[in-house]
Amino acid sequence: MTALGTVRDPELDEPITSLGFVTSCTVSADGDAQVRLRLPTYFCAPNFAFLMVADAYDAVSAVSGVRSTEVVLEDHFASDAINGGVAAQAGFAASFDGEAVSELHGLRADFLRKAVLAGTDQVCRPLLAAGVTRAALLAMTLGEVPTSAALDRLRQRRSELGLPAGPGAPLVIDPATGERIREEAAPLHLRRARSTRISIEANSSICRGMLRHRYDSAGLGQATAEERRAQ
Amino acid sequence: MYEKNGEKYFVVDGHMHYWNAAPDNWVPGAEQYAKGWIECFHAYMGLGPPETHWSLEHFQKYSEDDLMKDVFEDGYVDVAVFQPTYLKEWYKEGFNTTERNALMGEKHPGKFVYNTRWDPRDGDEGLETLRHNVERFGSKGCKLYTAEWNNGSRGWKLTDPGAYRYLEKCQELGIKNIHVHKGPTIWPLDKDAFDVADVDHAATDFPDLNFIVEHVGLPRIDDFCYMATQEPNVYAGLAVAIGALMHARPRFFARVMGELLFWVGEDKMLFGSDYAIWEPKWQVEGFVDWDFPASEDFADYPRLGVAGKKKILGLNAAKLYGIEVPAEFRLPADAGTPAAQDDAQLVAGA
Repeated sequence: MTALGTVRDPELDEPITSLGFVTSCTVSADGDAQVRLRLPTYFCAPNFAFLMVADAYDAVSAVSGVRSTEVVLEDHFASDAINGGVAAQAGFAASFDGEAVSELHGLRADFLRKAVLAGTDQVCRPLLAAGVTRAALLAMTLGEVPTSAALDRLRQRRSELGLPAGPGAPLVIDPATGERIREEAAPLHLRRARSTRISIEANSSICRGMLRHRYDSAGLGQATAEERRAQ
Repeated sequence: MYEKNGEKYFVVDGHMHYWNAAPDNWVPGAEQYAKGWIECFHAYMGLGPPETHWSLEHFQKYSEDDLMKDVFEDGYVDVAVFQPTYLKEWYKEGFNTTERNALMGEKHPGKFVYNTRWDPRDGDEGLETLRHNVERFGSKGCKLYTAEWNNGSRGWKLTDPGAYRYLEKCQELGIKNIHVHKGPTIWPLDKDAFDVADVDHAATDFPDLNFIVEHVGLPRIDDFCYMATQEPNVYAGLAVAIGALMHARPRFFARVMGELLFWVGEDKMLFGSDYAIWEPKWQVEGFVDWDFPASEDFADYPRLGVAGKKKILGLNAAKLYGIEVPAEFRLPADAGTPAAQDDAQLVAGA
């Protein structure tokens, strides 16, 4: 379960465990792991679904003592293609033969950039509310920001993308180039950062609602309503 | 018509359906998709107030009388815009076709606007059907669903050359309003199917058409907002935004409304109930009562007043569709401060 907690929905930027996407997870005495996953709808985008199943497979396979891994996505229109493709380590393009031209690295990077933008809003908004001026914000480095879970998360997403994430790196950067945001571009950049965050959070709340309607049981490791409110 | 605190609202439901998704209409061999589709819709209904939920059986196939009662009698709607969705690979007679809508609407003159649809993969034959539908049903708008399956293809984009032929044909036939709904499966599957960039291109290349992005670009509200602020002919269809969030997640709803009011503005937002996913009654009542929560978090969003709500609930759509609005519902010429559009300058200067 700890390994599955490292697998995120690339679009919602949250662990599949807290989203409630893990139906079950068992490991036999011999080290044969079996994971069952579920999604909010039958027609959830197959590319994101594939990434989650493949990432779950990799995360569980890497756990010491696990001899074999099987990950099954349930109740999805592309379950067979996804489950079969991941089991065969075939990659996305081969699993959806004729329907995809490449692997999903570009897609994943696009959504990591959105996560960086959303995370920028999460970190910057409290600073602005506390009276930090925009000019001061633009001059800040990551090391000058008080530590928080949101900051850790932003730094982690930035490093996954290969963007500067050390304490000396600027706080507000362009997630495509890694360049520091200039003063004249800052109002728009910060507005977009907030829009991106709200978009992701709204999607996440709709997905949670749909999942709850579809399955009346909580997923393994799913955050409770109380925990979610506290987040 | 809805009245509250002495204010009268003319209500145009800009996005609703009359479908048959019951097993008698499922295509043999594609039952799992037909079933999966309607169950997915039904889960959306679960996000509305519990007292408005229907059984799955009722939801699969509701009657003409149900629709008239829910939408017009109880739901305050004056004019409703039918948005067809065909899905003929899964539903024998289609999920909710222009013909099915019109057959029902003919019995209730003046109540409905019949939009039609097209799919660029239908080629010349589809162009001819489009012409026929416009002549027969007087369609002034089209609903496009980009994730429809068609002969082994799992979707299309507005920038496909075939789509431009159809958009040209729309202009020629006098169609004004293109409602775009992004769905999840589209070729190639390794790209983000919900990406709205193609709408941006088409809106630039067809400045005389209005592009109403349904469900406010969900799940890409951020990209949609950024695009809509730059394109004068791009509008926000609120169907799903109100239904899925206003009751279930009011704070997220307020944030989404704040973003839309900031980037898109109250003159370019259109109410749609997405009936039968949700009944219009609670949505209209709740929307008229709605305001931002009293919190600093929302302080820098444009406010939405009575005039703005009148526009969103009906006047904006009436303008797009040339629907006559009785004098008592109209706004005085100078009423309503348009939502802040400082962002247009931000974008221009970026």
